[in-house]
Amino acid sequence: MKLPEAAGLLLATIARLITGAQGHWYGAPPKAEQRIYFANHQSHFDWVLIWAALPRDLRTITRPIAARDYWTSTPLKHWITREIFNAVYVSRERAADEDPLEPLMEALRHGDSLVIFPEGTRGNKGDPASFKAGLYHLAEAFPDVNLIPAWIDNVQRVMPKGEVVPVPILCSVTFGAPLTLQPGEEKRAFLDRARDAVIALRSVH
Amino acid sequence: MGSLRALSVTEQIGLLFVVLFGLLAITTMIAFGRTLGNRSDAQLAAHEQFKRDLRAVWVGAVLFWVAWVAGTIVSTVLFFVVSFLALREFVTLTHTRRGDHRSLLLAFFVVLPLQYVIVATREFDLFTVFIPVYVFLAIPVVSALGNDPQRFLERTAKIQWGIMVCVYGMSHAPALLLLDLPDYADRGAFMVLYLVAVVAVAQIVQEVASRRLRRRPVARAISRTFSWRGWFAGAFAAALAGGLLYWATPFKPWPAVLMGLIAGGSGTLGEFVMKALKRDAGVRSWGGKASVTGAVGLLDRVAPLCFAAPVFFHAVRWYFGI
Repeated sequence: MKLPEAAGLLLATIARLITGAQGHWYGAPPKAEQRIYFANHQSHFDWVLIWAALPRDLRTITRPIAARDYWTSTPLKHWITREIFNAVYVSRERAADEDPLEPLMEALRHGDSLVIFPEGTRGNKGDPASFKAGLYHLAEAFPDVNLIPAWIDNVQRVMPKGEVVPVPILCSVTFGAPLTLQPGEEKRAFLDRARDAVIALRSVH
Repeated sequence: MGSLRALSVTEQIGLLFVVLFGLLAITTMIAFGRTLGNRSDAQLAAHEQFKRDLRAVWVGAVLFWVAWVAGTIVSTVLFFVVSFLALREFVTLTHTRRGDHRSLLLAFFVVLPLQYVIVATREFDLFTVFIPVYVFLAIPVVSALGNDPQRFLERTAKIQWGIMVCVYGMSHAPALLLLDLPDYADRGAFMVLYLVAVVAVAQIVQEVASRRLRRRPVARAISRTFSWRGWFAGAFAAALAGGLLYWATPFKPWPAVLMGLIAGGSGTLGEFVMKALKRDAGVRSWGGKASVTGAVGLLDRVAPLCFAAPVFFHAVRWYFGI
């Protein structure tokens, strides 16, 4: 076992020890097919939680999105995101002639799965904020990729904004049935439908 | 039973484990045999419940055996892990706020390990007061520094209560292991086994008695089955089991009966309290199925032990005047 793999296993074990990281699958079993998981965003811990809730063989093909300026700023951050998570880097500052979604498209063309948080930023409480358009553009460009909604429960209690040490509290990730872009569906209508699909998972037991 | 008393420690413990695993094996075989016939849905559901409980008992028995084989340090670590998992479940069920973050960190990463270090070093005087006195004073200070006055007393009380039950109560089980009793060196494992056995007997008998007797529940809003008669049945069964096990304990026969009564009675009361807590948290039934957050009912299983262990521990200390 190589170092990144061992470090990844250790990290997943710690995440499970602290949060339980229970994955519940409703409507779509965990399967090694190409997928875009989209979820509510409340904490820095969200990605690790989804990643730890996935079965081990799905973790290697599922990639997070990381802000290039922050996650490559020190060698350690760069190593963690590159070697353990195999993150897709995006720049927050947009160059005029560059499509911000291009790195994501590139990864999808390779056959990788992605996890995205379409709210764009971490919400505080209650319902998630309205979704940004990226999800729609990806769905349009890759109609064959399954879009899986996911609801992350309780994680804001583990590590509230501004804290660095997580408190052990049980969390769960509920994965729902795949969503598809209807022919001719409007952007806003699709994004609202996607958001509703995520919120609906909150009350699935 | 006098001849049993003459056996060496290792022989006695070995015998206990043989009896325990033998009983479990027989129960499992009978349970398996009963699945072969035709059953109604209600019977099947009851059987599923029984199978889950039986599996929990198996896991517990194997853990005890491992703990005994591996020695007191490993058993203490084992109880530490169970304490951690129980506290994690407790905190998940209670509504804490952002301002509690630091207090919770204190509880999990300072109080919990320290309490078990104190147990392991046999500092029993400090062990008894550390959480009820020092932690009781420290938690609200840290919480107040969190700068959130909303429902302050309630939140602090909840955290303290969780620490009392999941850490303080639980840590008395390894404390029994390490207690130096007159003429009873290195037999602490027996005391724990005695405690767990009487508490388990009390729980099972109370459960069966409440089903059969169908008495009016004392507190319908909290438990549909808890009745005083069921409780007495459980406590007296525990007393009987305690008496039967007296040869393995440092007690004389009658004190062994009394100790069983005390431990069994407080254990089932602990289970009752945990039901009230579940109602408060809005959890109707865990029934072995994971809730959304993955709380699987570990708290349910350890609550009787957490309530019985401190009472039993101090009863033992008073009895021997140490």
